[in-house]
Amino acid sequence: MGLFILRRVGVMLLTALCLTFVVFFLTNLYPNLEKLAKTQGNARMTDAEVASWLDRNGYGGPMILRYGEWLGVVPGWTREADDGTVTGRCIDRGMEPGEAPAFCGLLQGDLGFSTVSDDEVANIIGGRLGYTGILMFWAFAVMVPAALLIGVLAGMKEGSRTDRSLSTFAIASTATPEYVSGVIFIVLLASSTAGLSPWLAENGWIEGRTLFLGSARSAMEGGITFWNFTLPVMTIALYGMGYIARMTRASMAEVMTAQYIRTARLKGVSFRNIVLKHALRNALIAPFTVIMLQFPWLLTGVVIVETLFNYNGFGWTLVQAASNNDIELLLACSIVAVFVVLVTQLISDIGYVFLNPRIRIS
Amino acid sequence: MEPLTWSGALGPILNPIMLAALVVFALGFVSNLLLTIAGARAGDVQINPDHTLTIDRTPVDYALMAMKYAALLFVACCVGYIVGGMVMPTIEARGIIGGMAARLTPVWIALIVVFVLSITFKRRLGLYGKLFDSPIGMVGFGLVMFWIFSAAFAGIVATHGPIDVISQMRNEVPGSPLPSPEDGQYAYYLLGGDNLGRDVFSRMIYGGQEVLKITPVATLFAFMVGVTLGLPAGYFGGKLDTSITFIANLALAFPVILLFFLLVTPEIVAAGVPQYMSMVLFIFPIIFFVVLFNSRYHTQPPKRNMLVAATLVIGLVAYFSLISNADDPDMPLIFRIWPEPLDLFDIQGNILIVFVSVVFVNSPTVFRIVRGIVLDIKTRDYVAAGQTRGEGPWYIMLWEILPNARGPLIVDFCLRIGYTTILLGTLGFFGLGVSPESPDWGSTINEGRRLLTIYPHPALPPALALMSLVLGLNLLADGLREESLKD
Repeated sequence: MGLFILRRVGVMLLTALCLTFVVFFLTNLYPNLEKLAKTQGNARMTDAEVASWLDRNGYGGPMILRYGEWLGVVPGWTREADDGTVTGRCIDRGMEPGEAPAFCGLLQGDLGFSTVSDDEVANIIGGRLGYTGILMFWAFAVMVPAALLIGVLAGMKEGSRTDRSLSTFAIASTATPEYVSGVIFIVLLASSTAGLSPWLAENGWIEGRTLFLGSARSAMEGGITFWNFTLPVMTIALYGMGYIARMTRASMAEVMTAQYIRTARLKGVSFRNIVLKHALRNALIAPFTVIMLQFPWLLTGVVIVETLFNYNGFGWTLVQAASNNDIELLLACSIVAVFVVLVTQLISDIGYVFLNPRIRIS
Repeated sequence: MEPLTWSGALGPILNPIMLAALVVFALGFVSNLLLTIAGARAGDVQINPDHTLTIDRTPVDYALMAMKYAALLFVACCVGYIVGGMVMPTIEARGIIGGMAARLTPVWIALIVVFVLSITFKRRLGLYGKLFDSPIGMVGFGLVMFWIFSAAFAGIVATHGPIDVISQMRNEVPGSPLPSPEDGQYAYYLLGGDNLGRDVFSRMIYGGQEVLKITPVATLFAFMVGVTLGLPAGYFGGKLDTSITFIANLALAFPVILLFFLLVTPEIVAAGVPQYMSMVLFIFPIIFFVVLFNSRYHTQPPKRNMLVAATLVIGLVAYFSLISNADDPDMPLIFRIWPEPLDLFDIQGNILIVFVSVVFVNSPTVFRIVRGIVLDIKTRDYVAAGQTRGEGPWYIMLWEILPNARGPLIVDFCLRIGYTTILLGTLGFFGLGVSPESPDWGSTINEGRRLLTIYPHPALPPALALMSLVLGLNLLADGLREESLKD
């Protein structure tokens, strides 16, 4: 078991290394750097000026060396200008060149400096991840129990009317991506001119002008309320729910045909007890993997929902960084994204082995 | 002119009936739920001593019956709106729904023809015919065909052009009349105007055309890549399998949304990254077909040579026309060496990028599916028989294993077109789509969402259209899976 985990972690690190290099390569292509030079320096630089600017700011060396610097395994660059001032990757503003560490990269916890927001990347990412964490937490808190309930109810009697209607609902929810369900929710529940809100407001059943708020901006400062956070959470939860529910249903339906369930029925155990005591435990092994593997999908969902509902979390930051050519911030975002994907894959692999007694790793 | 009402002249008759049906359905649902919780059960069939059957009806049965008839009544009302709307004489009497139904007449006719023909000959049509035994599959097929036909007849169905702007119609509500309609111009914006004054209904129809032009082809390419790599990986195993699987996992672990943003940024496009990717991805179909014909006909050299030569000539001309773009001097030299006269077509930059990103995201998943199926099938007896006969490995993969894997692959193909549609919509939603003017659904949703709480009508139709197409594809896949598992 220890060896299995060790090998999985090794593969994960190798994958992470490859992926970060790909992202580094794509964000540090020459046209990106040229644009960076022109936004940081002067928009009307000549090619020679761009080249010298890049050289002065440490973008001159070979790609693989710069990747090493960013990673923290190659000493950061330093350069002495003609007037004697020393600049370098590891020399922050107001720091004496002698005090600066030799290495400053990902491994040292230094994610660099965001050129657009004018702040340390680590500061930006930390706060934004907190916001996204809250959103993800509530989305999971809604999605997982609902999906498991639907799946178990549908799977306990395959082909019944409940099964048919719940399965159709699950299919419909997988066919509704976030940007569709979000739009429908906003129109139905958060528009002052259409949907339910005008009617409810006219009758005096709701206090504000709309039932829910179509923007989650106030959730960041004023705290989370039912009013401003329901729609984003629902939107994320709905798309992922269908898939988990279908997997749970398949797993439940398979368990319900197993021999030991038939034995229990023949012994005269009541249907309720069969489902709750005999079937449920075994039926929930497969959905565990699926739930863990939903994280990467949720990442896309989070980006869409945060853009749609104006919630300045991690996904919103990623979009901003990508469209503003904020190289260091984008790299940090992709590190987080890759890390989330790989760690959830690892947990789902290991967790499956732990949960399923039929799999033994020798 | 007065703006149109939603249901026209039929409204006063059909609206109350529809509302009543909805209320009855809701009441039936609630009472059914309460009765079931209270412990009441549906009636059982009892066999009497004289071999007759009796069903005793409980309140649950009556609740279910009420729900069933209410649902039927609701569907009948919907059909009433559509058919009634089509036969009404004037556009004012048709209303918005009837007006749209009348514009969609060619689509209805085509749908009816397809369904009548298919159901008549369903026993002779194999898996496709069996689809018509499953109600879910039929609904899915109907939804998909609806969008295919409306894309095919977009020129007749749409009332205006996709980028025709009438500035007075900016953000007008559904059913608004044009300020000064010219002769032969449709006098209303059926679903209103968007923020630039374009017709939402026409853009939805043309958007479907745009989406259906890209997604099936992109999915097909993803399948070519996935199959060409997945077959040898599963069949040979070993180091080859390990390395391809590692690369596929790498691509799978790459967050989709990040990849889209990276690939579509102008700087990366200027560096030619999508072009290089298309160079790699588009070579796979040629490899696939060359190996396909070679493995089958290598014992008949004349026939083999002819087929392989034909594939190579057609494939390579298409390949080079696709990837090279001699007109663009900014491109790296490798994309400009193909002679101009042989460059049959150029693909507009953004379409190529969108296409490449969608293919790239989909192919690793296809690869994993194919590899899994091959691992399963290669232990079968007919594969062993082929190996004993002395068939080559590629013959076994392409002519023994692949045809036997078609069931799951067809089902996955349907699902994957739906998923590709969602991906394409995601691209459009972030403004990374085909072009800013393009009517594709993702881009229209993106445009409409800015004023969503005030003017919901421009974003809603493309959103519902996308949802119905993907739902149709999912239901179709479900029906196909169910029917293919039956035998």
